[in-house]
Amino acid sequence: MDFLRPATWQDALAVKAERPDALPVQGGTDVMVEINFDRRRPAALLDLTGVRALADWDPADGRLRVGAGVPYARLITELGRSLPGLAQASRTVGSPQIRNRGTVGGNLGAASPAGDGHPPLLAGDAVVEAESAARGVRMIPVAEFFTGVKRTALAPDELIRAFWAAPASGPQYFSKIGTRNAMVIAVCSFAVALHPRERRVGTGLGSAAPTPRRAPAAEAFIAHELDWDGRGPLSEAAARRFGELVAEAASPIDDVRGTGDYRRRALSVMARRTLTWAWNDHRAGSTGSVGSLGREAS
Amino acid sequence: MRVNLTVNGSHQVVDDVWEGESLLFLLRERMGLPGSKNACEQGECGSCTVYLDGLPVCSCLVAAGQAEGRKVRTVEGLAEGQPGDERLDPVQEAFLEAGAVQCGFCTPGLIVQSHDLIERNPAPTDAEIREALAGNLCRCTGYEKIVDAVRLAAERKAAAS
Ligand SMILES: Cc1cc2nc3c(=O)[nH]c(=O)nc-3n(C[C@H](O)[C@H](O)[C@H](O)COP(=O)(O)OP(=O)(O)OC[C@H]3O[C@@H](n4cnc5c(N)ncnc54)[C@H](O)[C@@H]3O)c2cc1C
Ligand code: FES
Ligand code: FES
Repeated sequence: MDFLRPATWQDALAVKAERPDALPVQGGTDVMVEINFDRRRPAALLDLTGVRALADWDPADGRLRVGAGVPYARLITELGRSLPGLAQASRTVGSPQIRNRGTVGGNLGAASPAGDGHPPLLAGDAVVEAESAARGVRMIPVAEFFTGVKRTALAPDELIRAFWAAPASGPQYFSKIGTRNAMVIAVCSFAVALHPRERRVGTGLGSAAPTPRRAPAAEAFIAHELDWDGRGPLSEAAARRFGELVAEAASPIDDVRGTGDYRRRALSVMARRTLTWAWNDHRAGSTGSVGSLGREAS
Repeated sequence: MRVNLTVNGSHQVVDDVWEGESLLFLLRERMGLPGSKNACEQGECGSCTVYLDGLPVCSCLVAAGQAEGRKVRTVEGLAEGQPGDERLDPVQEAFLEAGAVQCGFCTPGLIVQSHDLIERNPAPTDAEIREALAGNLCRCTGYEKIVDAVRLAAERKAAAS
Protein backbone atom coordinates (compact mmCIF):
# COMPACT_ATOMS: atom_id res chain seq x y z
CA MET A 1 0.00 0.00 0.00
CA ASP A 2 1.21 3.54 -0.70
CA PHE A 3 0.60 6.48 1.57
CA LEU A 4 0.27 9.71 -0.40
CA ARG A 5 0.43 13.04 1.41
CA PRO A 6 -0.21 16.00 -0.90
CA ALA A 7 0.39 19.36 0.80
CA THR A 8 -1.79 21.46 -1.50
CA TRP A 9 -5.12 21.08 -3.27
CA GLN A 10 -3.44 21.23 -6.70
CA ASP A 11 -1.10 18.41 -5.65
CA ALA A 12 -4.02 16.38 -4.33
CA LEU A 13 -5.82 16.69 -7.70
CA ALA A 14 -2.66 15.76 -9.57
CA VAL A 15 -2.12 12.70 -7.38
CA LYS A 16 -5.75 11.61 -7.77
CA ALA A 17 -5.46 11.95 -11.56
CA GLU A 18 -2.34 9.82 -11.61
CA ARG A 19 -3.64 7.34 -9.04
CA PRO A 20 -7.41 7.01 -9.42
CA ASP A 21 -7.13 3.83 -7.32
CA ALA A 22 -5.97 5.85 -4.29
CA LEU A 23 -8.61 6.03 -1.56
CA PRO A 24 -9.00 9.53 -0.08
CA VAL A 25 -8.90 9.66 3.71
CA GLN A 26 -9.88 12.71 5.74
CA GLY A 27 -11.09 12.01 9.32
CA GLY A 28 -10.74 8.27 8.69
CA THR A 29 -13.85 7.47 10.72
CA ASP A 30 -15.27 5.43 7.85
CA VAL A 31 -12.08 4.48 6.00
CA MET A 32 -10.07 3.21 8.98
CA VAL A 33 -12.90 0.97 10.20
CA GLU A 34 -12.85 -0.75 6.80
CA ILE A 35 -9.08 -1.12 6.83
CA ASN A 36 -8.90 -2.31 10.45
CA PHE A 37 -11.44 -5.01 9.64
CA ASP A 38 -9.82 -6.04 6.37
CA ARG A 39 -12.91 -5.05 4.42
CA ARG A 40 -10.83 -2.88 2.17
CA ARG A 41 -7.23 -2.94 0.97
CA PRO A 42 -6.81 0.07 -1.30
CA ALA A 43 -3.67 0.22 -3.42
CA ALA A 44 -2.97 3.59 -1.85
CA LEU A 45 -4.31 5.96 0.79
CA LEU A 46 -4.55 9.61 -0.22
CA ASP A 47 -4.32 11.57 3.04
CA LEU A 48 -6.10 14.91 2.66
CA THR A 49 -5.44 16.19 6.19
CA GLY A 50 -2.29 17.97 5.00
CA VAL A 51 -4.32 20.11 2.58
CA ARG A 52 -5.04 23.17 4.72
CA ALA A 53 -7.56 24.73 2.36
CA LEU A 54 -9.97 21.84 2.92
CA ALA A 55 -10.31 22.76 6.60
CA ASP A 56 -11.42 26.35 5.89
CA TRP A 57 -14.82 27.89 5.26
CA ASP A 58 -15.63 31.27 3.74
CA PRO A 59 -18.61 33.39 2.80
CA ALA A 60 -18.75 33.67 -1.01
CA ASP A 61 -21.47 35.18 -3.22
CA GLY A 62 -23.94 35.38 -0.34
CA ARG A 63 -23.44 31.70 0.36
CA LEU A 64 -21.05 29.69 2.48
CA ARG A 65 -18.35 27.58 0.93
CA VAL A 66 -17.42 24.98 3.52
CA GLY A 67 -14.27 22.93 2.93
CA ALA A 68 -14.71 19.15 2.76
CA GLY A 69 -12.33 18.73 5.70
CA VAL A 70 -14.09 20.89 8.31
CA PRO A 71 -14.91 18.51 11.18
CA TYR A 72 -18.37 18.27 12.77
CA ALA A 73 -17.10 19.81 16.02
CA ARG A 74 -16.22 23.02 14.16
CA LEU A 75 -19.44 23.04 12.11
CA ILE A 76 -21.29 23.10 15.43
CA THR A 77 -19.27 25.88 17.06
CA GLU A 78 -18.47 28.03 14.03
CA LEU A 79 -21.46 27.53 11.72
CA GLY A 80 -24.28 26.70 14.15
CA ARG A 81 -25.97 30.03 13.50
CA SER A 82 -25.79 30.06 9.73
CA LEU A 83 -26.41 26.36 9.12
CA PRO A 84 -28.58 25.33 12.10
CA GLY A 85 -30.04 22.19 10.50
CA LEU A 86 -26.61 20.82 9.66
CA ALA A 87 -25.31 21.80 13.11
CA GLN A 88 -28.15 19.91 14.80
CA ALA A 89 -27.41 16.85 12.67
CA SER A 90 -23.69 17.19 13.44
CA ARG A 91 -24.41 17.10 17.17
CA THR A 92 -25.95 13.66 16.76
CA VAL A 93 -22.97 12.15 14.93
CA GLY A 94 -21.11 9.50 16.94
CA SER A 95 -19.30 10.84 20.00
CA PRO A 96 -17.12 13.88 20.74
CA GLN A 97 -14.07 11.95 19.52
CA ILE A 98 -15.81 11.11 16.23
CA ARG A 99 -17.01 14.72 15.81
CA ASN A 100 -13.45 15.97 16.28
CA ARG A 101 -12.37 13.95 13.22
CA GLY A 102 -15.38 13.17 11.03
CA THR A 103 -16.28 15.58 8.24
CA VAL A 104 -19.13 16.34 5.86
CA GLY A 105 -16.73 15.67 2.97
CA GLY A 106 -16.25 12.15 4.33
CA ASN A 107 -19.98 11.76 4.96
CA LEU A 108 -20.64 12.67 1.31
CA GLY A 109 -17.80 10.44 0.09
CA ALA A 110 -19.11 7.45 2.06
CA ALA A 111 -22.65 8.19 0.78
CA SER A 112 -24.35 5.98 3.35
CA PRO A 113 -28.15 6.24 3.09
CA ALA A 114 -27.96 6.85 6.87
CA GLY A 115 -25.40 9.68 6.74
CA ASP A 116 -26.67 12.38 9.08
CA GLY A 117 -25.22 15.27 7.10
CA HIS A 118 -27.27 14.47 4.03
CA PRO A 119 -30.87 15.38 5.03
CA PRO A 120 -30.02 18.95 6.11
CA LEU A 121 -27.86 19.45 3.01
CA LEU A 122 -30.83 18.34 0.87
CA ALA A 123 -33.31 20.54 2.75
CA GLY A 124 -30.94 23.50 2.44
CA ASP A 125 -30.32 23.10 -1.34
CA ALA A 126 -26.60 22.53 -0.84
CA VAL A 127 -24.30 22.01 -3.81
CA VAL A 128 -21.15 19.85 -3.88
CA GLU A 129 -18.04 21.38 -5.42
CA ALA A 130 -16.08 18.56 -7.04
CA GLU A 131 -12.87 19.05 -8.94
CA SER A 132 -10.47 17.12 -11.16
CA ALA A 133 -7.14 18.13 -12.66
CA ALA A 134 -8.38 17.33 -16.16
CA ARG A 135 -11.82 18.95 -16.20
CA GLY A 136 -11.75 21.50 -13.42
CA VAL A 137 -14.64 22.32 -11.12
CA ARG A 138 -18.07 20.69 -11.34
CA MET A 139 -20.96 21.90 -9.18
CA ILE A 140 -23.28 19.00 -8.27
CA PRO A 141 -26.55 19.66 -6.41
CA VAL A 142 -26.63 17.34 -3.38
CA ALA A 143 -29.89 15.85 -4.65
CA GLU A 144 -27.97 14.57 -7.71
CA PHE A 145 -24.85 13.55 -5.84
CA PHE A 146 -26.05 10.19 -4.51
CA THR A 147 -26.44 7.62 -7.27
CA GLY A 148 -26.98 4.44 -5.25
CA VAL A 149 -26.24 2.80 -1.90
CA LYS A 150 -22.77 4.14 -1.02
CA ARG A 151 -22.34 5.39 -4.60
CA THR A 152 -21.78 8.95 -5.72
CA ALA A 153 -21.57 11.03 -8.88
CA LEU A 154 -17.80 11.52 -8.39
CA ALA A 155 -15.54 10.39 -11.23
CA PRO A 156 -12.46 8.32 -10.29
CA ASP A 157 -10.16 11.31 -10.73
CA GLU A 158 -12.37 13.75 -8.79
CA LEU A 159 -12.21 14.95 -5.21
CA ILE A 160 -14.70 16.93 -3.13
CA ARG A 161 -13.39 20.42 -2.46
CA ALA A 162 -16.34 21.87 -0.52
CA PHE A 163 -20.07 22.13 -0.22
CA TRP A 164 -21.94 25.37 -0.80
CA ALA A 165 -25.06 26.37 1.12
CA ALA A 166 -26.92 29.59 1.77
CA PRO A 167 -27.06 30.75 5.40
CA ALA A 168 -30.47 29.89 6.83
CA SER A 169 -33.14 32.44 5.94
CA GLY A 170 -35.70 30.70 8.18
CA PRO A 171 -35.97 28.01 10.85
CA GLN A 172 -34.40 24.60 10.24
CA TYR A 173 -34.75 21.36 12.17
CA PHE A 174 -33.19 17.91 12.09
CA SER A 175 -34.62 14.88 13.80
CA LYS A 176 -33.25 11.35 14.08
CA ILE A 177 -34.54 8.08 15.49
CA GLY A 178 -32.10 5.83 17.31
CA THR A 179 -31.88 3.56 20.32
CA ARG A 180 -29.91 6.02 22.40
CA ASN A 181 -28.92 9.68 22.26
CA ALA A 182 -25.33 9.13 21.14
CA MET A 183 -23.38 6.77 18.93
CA VAL A 184 -26.25 5.53 16.80
CA ILE A 185 -26.74 5.05 13.11
CA ALA A 186 -30.10 6.59 12.31
CA VAL A 187 -33.04 4.20 12.06
CA CYS A 188 -34.36 7.05 9.98
CA SER A 189 -33.95 10.80 10.00
CA PHE A 190 -35.58 13.91 8.64
CA ALA A 191 -34.60 17.52 8.02
CA VAL A 192 -36.78 20.50 7.24
CA ALA A 193 -35.79 24.04 6.22
CA LEU A 194 -38.13 26.98 5.71
CA HIS A 195 -37.14 29.37 2.93
CA PRO A 196 -39.61 32.21 3.64
CA ARG A 197 -38.24 34.61 1.01
CA GLU A 198 -38.96 32.08 -1.71
CA ARG A 199 -42.04 30.74 0.09
CA ARG A 200 -40.62 27.28 -0.07
CA VAL A 201 -39.97 24.39 2.30
CA GLY A 202 -36.99 22.06 1.81
CA THR A 203 -36.93 18.47 3.04
CA GLY A 204 -34.39 15.67 3.37
CA LEU A 205 -34.96 12.02 4.32
CA GLY A 206 -32.27 9.72 5.70
CA SER A 207 -32.19 5.91 6.06
CA ALA A 208 -35.42 5.85 4.15
CA ALA A 209 -34.35 4.73 0.65
CA PRO A 210 -31.21 3.50 -1.16
CA THR A 211 -30.03 7.11 -1.22
CA PRO A 212 -30.85 10.16 0.88
CA ARG A 213 -33.65 11.98 -0.92
CA ARG A 214 -36.11 14.85 -0.79
CA ALA A 215 -39.90 14.61 -0.64
CA PRO A 216 -40.92 16.85 -3.59
CA ALA A 217 -44.67 16.26 -3.30
CA ALA A 218 -44.62 17.14 0.39
CA GLU A 219 -42.58 20.28 -0.35
CA ALA A 220 -45.00 21.43 -3.06
CA PHE A 221 -48.08 20.70 -0.95
CA ILE A 222 -46.92 22.59 2.12
CA ALA A 223 -45.45 25.57 0.24
CA HIS A 224 -48.96 26.16 -1.11
CA GLU A 225 -50.67 25.47 2.21
CA LEU A 226 -48.69 27.77 4.50
CA ASP A 227 -49.93 31.30 5.19
CA TRP A 228 -46.67 33.05 4.24
CA ASP A 229 -48.17 36.57 4.26
CA GLY A 230 -50.26 36.43 7.42
CA ARG A 231 -48.02 33.97 9.29
CA GLY A 232 -51.24 32.26 10.40
CA PRO A 233 -51.19 28.99 12.29
CA LEU A 234 -50.40 25.69 10.62
CA SER A 235 -53.52 23.52 10.59
CA GLU A 236 -53.33 20.11 12.20
CA ALA A 237 -54.67 18.60 8.98
CA ALA A 238 -51.99 20.22 6.80
CA ALA A 239 -49.21 19.14 9.15
CA ARG A 240 -50.57 15.60 9.11
CA ARG A 241 -50.86 15.54 5.32
CA PHE A 242 -47.29 16.83 5.05
CA GLY A 243 -46.18 13.91 7.24
CA GLU A 244 -48.06 11.43 5.05
CA LEU A 245 -46.50 12.81 1.87
CA VAL A 246 -43.03 12.60 3.42
CA ALA A 247 -43.66 8.97 4.37
CA GLU A 248 -44.87 8.27 0.82
CA ALA A 249 -41.61 9.62 -0.58
CA ALA A 250 -39.68 6.94 1.30
CA SER A 251 -38.94 3.43 0.08
CA PRO A 252 -37.43 1.97 3.21
CA ILE A 253 -36.20 -1.56 3.78
CA ASP A 254 -36.67 -3.91 6.72
CA ASP A 255 -33.36 -4.43 8.51
CA VAL A 256 -31.92 -5.00 11.97
CA ARG A 257 -32.48 -1.39 12.93
CA GLY A 258 -36.17 -1.26 12.06
CA THR A 259 -38.88 -2.34 9.67
CA GLY A 260 -39.94 -0.39 6.62
CA ASP A 261 -43.37 0.17 8.17
CA TYR A 262 -41.84 1.56 11.33
CA ARG A 263 -39.62 3.89 9.31
CA ARG A 264 -42.56 5.23 7.30
CA ARG A 265 -44.53 5.86 10.45
CA ALA A 266 -41.57 7.49 12.21
CA LEU A 267 -40.88 9.72 9.21
CA SER A 268 -44.46 10.99 9.13
CA VAL A 269 -44.28 11.83 12.84
CA MET A 270 -40.86 13.53 12.59
CA ALA A 271 -41.99 15.50 9.53
CA ARG A 272 -45.17 16.71 11.21
CA ARG A 273 -43.34 17.71 14.41
CA THR A 274 -40.32 19.40 12.86
CA LEU A 275 -42.52 21.36 10.45
CA THR A 276 -44.69 22.48 13.37
CA TRP A 277 -41.65 23.62 15.37
CA ALA A 278 -40.22 25.43 12.36
CA TRP A 279 -43.47 27.16 11.46
CA ASN A 280 -44.09 28.19 15.09
CA ASP A 281 -40.59 29.68 15.23
CA HIS A 282 -41.26 31.51 11.99
CA ARG A 283 -44.52 32.90 13.36
CA ALA A 284 -42.71 34.02 16.50
CA GLY A 285 -40.30 35.83 14.23
CA SER A 286 -37.21 33.88 15.18
CA THR A 287 -35.01 31.85 12.88
CA GLY A 288 -35.57 29.11 15.39
CA SER A 289 -33.25 26.48 16.59
CA VAL A 290 -30.15 28.64 16.37
CA GLY A 291 -27.49 27.47 18.76
CA SER A 292 -29.85 25.23 20.69
CA LEU A 293 -29.63 21.49 21.01
CA GLY A 294 -32.65 21.00 18.79
CA ARG A 295 -35.47 19.03 20.32
CA GLU A 296 -36.25 15.45 21.10
CA ALA A 297 -38.28 13.90 18.35
CA SER A 298 -39.89 11.19 20.39
CA MET B 1 7.32 4.02 5.71
CA ARG B 2 8.83 6.37 8.27
CA VAL B 3 6.68 8.54 10.54
CA ASN B 4 7.97 11.58 12.46
CA LEU B 5 5.79 12.76 15.30
CA THR B 6 5.89 14.22 18.78
CA VAL B 7 4.59 11.95 21.52
CA ASN B 8 4.18 13.27 25.06
CA GLY B 9 6.56 16.10 24.29
CA SER B 10 9.38 14.11 22.76
CA HIS B 11 10.20 13.89 19.08
CA GLN B 12 10.03 10.37 17.67
CA VAL B 13 11.06 8.76 14.41
CA VAL B 14 9.35 5.45 13.79
CA ASP B 15 10.43 3.18 10.93
CA ASP B 16 8.82 0.26 9.12
CA VAL B 17 5.31 1.55 9.67
CA TRP B 18 2.73 -0.22 7.49
CA GLU B 19 0.76 2.34 5.43
CA GLY B 20 -2.62 1.01 6.55
CA GLU B 21 -1.94 0.78 10.26
CA SER B 22 -3.53 2.96 12.90
CA LEU B 23 -1.97 5.46 15.26
CA LEU B 24 -3.12 3.15 18.07
CA PHE B 25 -1.04 0.29 16.64
CA LEU B 26 1.94 2.55 16.21
CA LEU B 27 1.74 3.73 19.84
CA ARG B 28 1.20 0.32 21.38
CA GLU B 29 3.15 -2.06 19.20
CA ARG B 30 5.95 0.08 17.79
CA MET B 31 6.56 2.59 20.57
CA GLY B 32 5.82 0.48 23.65
CA LEU B 33 3.11 2.78 24.98
CA PRO B 34 0.37 0.33 26.00
CA GLY B 35 -1.71 2.86 27.98
CA SER B 36 -4.12 3.47 25.10
CA LYS B 37 -6.24 0.35 24.85
CA ASN B 38 -7.57 -1.56 21.87
CA ALA B 39 -11.05 -2.88 22.46
CA CYS B 40 -12.95 -2.44 19.21
CA GLU B 41 -10.86 -0.79 16.48
CA GLN B 42 -14.00 0.85 15.16
CA GLY B 43 -14.46 4.03 17.14
CA GLU B 44 -17.22 2.62 19.34
CA CYS B 45 -15.55 2.25 22.74
CA GLY B 46 -13.21 5.22 23.22
CA SER B 47 -10.59 3.18 25.09
CA CYS B 48 -7.95 4.26 22.54
CA THR B 49 -8.62 8.00 23.07
CA VAL B 50 -5.53 10.24 22.77
CA TYR B 51 -4.99 13.93 22.13
CA LEU B 52 -3.99 14.66 18.53
CA ASP B 53 -2.90 18.29 18.17
CA GLY B 54 -4.86 19.02 21.34
CA LEU B 55 -8.13 17.32 20.40
CA PRO B 56 -9.26 13.96 21.78
CA VAL B 57 -9.70 11.40 19.00
CA CYS B 58 -9.99 7.63 18.65
CA SER B 59 -6.42 6.66 17.77
CA CYS B 60 -7.70 3.44 16.18
CA LEU B 61 -9.28 5.59 13.43
CA VAL B 62 -6.27 7.77 12.69
CA ALA B 63 -3.93 6.34 10.06
CA ALA B 64 -0.40 6.30 11.50
CA GLY B 65 0.78 8.35 8.52
CA GLN B 66 -1.76 11.05 9.34
CA ALA B 67 0.17 11.70 12.57
CA GLU B 68 3.23 12.79 10.55
CA GLY B 69 4.46 16.10 12.01
CA ARG B 70 1.67 16.15 14.60
CA LYS B 71 1.64 16.22 18.39
CA VAL B 72 0.19 13.25 20.24
CA ARG B 73 -0.47 13.12 23.97
CA THR B 74 -1.43 9.79 25.51
CA VAL B 75 -2.54 8.84 29.01
CA GLU B 76 1.13 8.20 29.77
CA GLY B 77 1.77 11.90 29.19
CA LEU B 78 -0.70 13.27 31.74
CA ALA B 79 1.25 12.70 34.95
CA GLU B 80 4.04 15.13 35.78
CA GLY B 81 7.58 14.22 36.77
CA GLN B 82 9.87 11.31 35.90
CA PRO B 83 8.81 7.66 35.98
CA GLY B 84 9.08 6.40 39.53
CA ASP B 85 8.56 9.89 40.91
CA GLU B 86 5.36 10.98 39.20
CA ARG B 87 2.61 13.23 40.34
CA LEU B 88 -0.66 11.97 38.87
CA ASP B 89 -2.98 14.40 37.17
CA PRO B 90 -5.99 15.38 39.34
CA VAL B 91 -8.22 13.43 36.93
CA GLN B 92 -6.18 10.28 37.51
CA GLU B 93 -6.23 10.83 41.29
CA ALA B 94 -9.97 11.37 41.26
CA PHE B 95 -10.62 8.15 39.32
CA LEU B 96 -8.66 6.19 41.94
CA GLU B 97 -10.33 7.87 44.89
CA ALA B 98 -13.87 7.71 43.59
CA GLY B 99 -13.63 3.99 42.82
CA ALA B 100 -14.17 4.67 39.12
CA VAL B 101 -11.74 1.91 38.14
CA GLN B 102 -12.61 -1.77 38.22
CA CYS B 103 -10.91 -3.87 35.53
CA GLY B 104 -9.33 -0.65 34.27
CA PHE B 105 -9.55 -1.37 30.58
CA CYS B 106 -11.71 1.64 29.78
CA THR B 107 -9.86 3.91 32.21
CA PRO B 108 -7.08 5.42 30.05
CA GLY B 109 -9.56 6.53 27.39
CA LEU B 110 -11.96 7.92 29.98
CA ILE B 111 -9.14 9.81 31.69
CA VAL B 112 -8.01 11.50 28.49
CA GLN B 113 -11.58 12.35 27.49
CA SER B 114 -12.42 13.67 31.00
CA HIS B 115 -9.16 15.65 31.07
CA ASP B 116 -10.21 17.40 27.87
CA LEU B 117 -13.71 18.09 29.19
CA ILE B 118 -12.40 19.79 32.34
CA GLU B 119 -9.85 21.82 30.35
CA ARG B 120 -12.64 23.22 28.20
CA ASN B 121 -15.38 23.33 30.83
CA PRO B 122 -14.03 23.66 34.38
CA ALA B 123 -17.43 23.13 36.02
CA PRO B 124 -19.38 20.62 33.94
CA THR B 125 -22.92 19.59 34.89
CA ASP B 126 -23.77 15.89 35.13
CA ALA B 127 -25.50 16.11 31.76
CA GLU B 128 -22.40 17.67 30.22
CA ILE B 129 -20.21 14.96 31.73
CA ARG B 130 -22.41 12.22 30.32
CA GLU B 131 -22.51 13.91 26.93
CA ALA B 132 -18.71 14.26 26.87
CA LEU B 133 -18.24 10.61 27.82
CA ALA B 134 -20.90 9.23 25.45
CA GLY B 135 -18.24 7.63 23.28
CA ASN B 136 -16.43 5.82 26.10
CA LEU B 137 -17.81 2.43 27.08
CA CYS B 138 -17.28 0.76 30.45
CA ARG B 139 -18.43 -2.82 31.05
CA CYS B 140 -17.80 -2.80 34.81
CA THR B 141 -18.69 0.30 36.78
CA GLY B 142 -22.16 1.32 35.66
CA TYR B 143 -20.76 4.84 35.09
CA GLU B 144 -21.99 6.41 38.35
CA LYS B 145 -18.53 6.35 39.97
CA ILE B 146 -17.01 7.65 36.75
CA VAL B 147 -19.31 10.66 36.81
CA ASP B 148 -18.42 11.11 40.51
CA ALA B 149 -14.73 11.04 39.60
CA VAL B 150 -15.06 13.68 36.91
CA ARG B 151 -17.03 15.93 39.24
CA LEU B 152 -14.38 15.46 41.94
CA ALA B 153 -11.55 16.17 39.50
CA ALA B 154 -13.26 19.35 38.33
CA GLU B 155 -13.71 20.54 41.91
CA ARG B 156 -10.08 19.79 42.76
CA LYS B 157 -8.78 21.58 39.68
CA ALA B 158 -10.99 24.60 40.40
CA ALA B 159 -9.79 24.70 44.00
CA ALA B 160 -6.15 24.44 42.93
CA SER B 161 -6.31 27.29 40.45
C1 LIG C 1 -18.21 5.15 16.14
C2 LIG C 1 -18.74 5.82 14.91
C3 LIG C 1 -19.95 6.49 14.95
C4 LIG C 1 -20.45 7.11 13.81
N1 LIG C 1 -21.65 7.75 13.91
C5 LIG C 1 -22.15 8.37 12.81
C6 LIG C 1 -23.38 9.06 12.89
O1 LIG C 1 -24.00 9.15 13.98
N2 LIG C 1 -23.86 9.64 11.76
C7 LIG C 1 -23.17 9.59 10.58
O2 LIG C 1 -23.64 10.15 9.59
N3 LIG C 1 -22.01 8.93 10.48
C8 LIG C 1 -21.48 8.32 11.56
N4 LIG C 1 -20.29 7.66 11.45
C9 LIG C 1 -19.63 7.56 10.16
C10 LIG C 1 -18.56 8.64 9.88
O3 LIG C 1 -18.09 9.21 11.08
C11 LIG C 1 -19.12 9.76 9.00
O4 LIG C 1 -19.57 9.24 7.79
C12 LIG C 1 -18.09 10.86 8.75
O5 LIG C 1 -18.74 11.97 8.18
C13 LIG C 1 -16.95 10.44 7.82
O6 LIG C 1 -16.06 11.52 7.69
P1 LIG C 1 -14.47 11.29 7.65
O7 LIG C 1 -13.85 12.59 7.38
O8 LIG C 1 -14.02 10.55 8.86
O9 LIG C 1 -14.37 10.33 6.38
P2 LIG C 1 -13.26 9.30 5.89
O10 LIG C 1 -13.38 8.03 6.63
O11 LIG C 1 -11.93 9.94 5.84
O12 LIG C 1 -13.78 9.09 4.39
C14 LIG C 1 -15.07 8.57 4.13
C15 LIG C 1 -15.26 8.38 2.63
O13 LIG C 1 -15.24 9.61 1.95
C16 LIG C 1 -14.19 9.66 1.00
N5 LIG C 1 -13.66 11.02 1.06
C17 LIG C 1 -13.26 11.72 2.15
N6 LIG C 1 -12.91 12.97 1.83
C18 LIG C 1 -13.07 13.08 0.48
C19 LIG C 1 -12.88 14.15 -0.46
N7 LIG C 1 -12.45 15.37 -0.08
N8 LIG C 1 -13.15 13.89 -1.76
C20 LIG C 1 -13.61 12.68 -2.15
N9 LIG C 1 -13.82 11.65 -1.31
C21 LIG C 1 -13.56 11.84 -0.01
C22 LIG C 1 -13.22 8.58 1.44
O14 LIG C 1 -12.46 8.08 0.36
C23 LIG C 1 -14.16 7.54 1.98
O15 LIG C 1 -14.74 6.79 0.95
C24 LIG C 1 -19.74 7.04 12.59
C25 LIG C 1 -18.50 6.39 12.55
C26 LIG C 1 -18.00 5.78 13.69
C27 LIG C 1 -16.67 5.09 13.63
S1 FES D 1 -10.39 0.84 20.12
FE1 FES D 1 -10.64 2.79 19.27
S2 FES D 1 -12.65 3.29 19.85
FE2 FES D 1 -12.48 1.24 20.52
S1 FES E 1 -13.56 -0.60 34.56
FE1 FES E 1 -13.76 -2.40 33.38
S2 FES E 1 -14.44 -1.60 31.46
FE2 FES E 1 -14.52 0.11 32.73
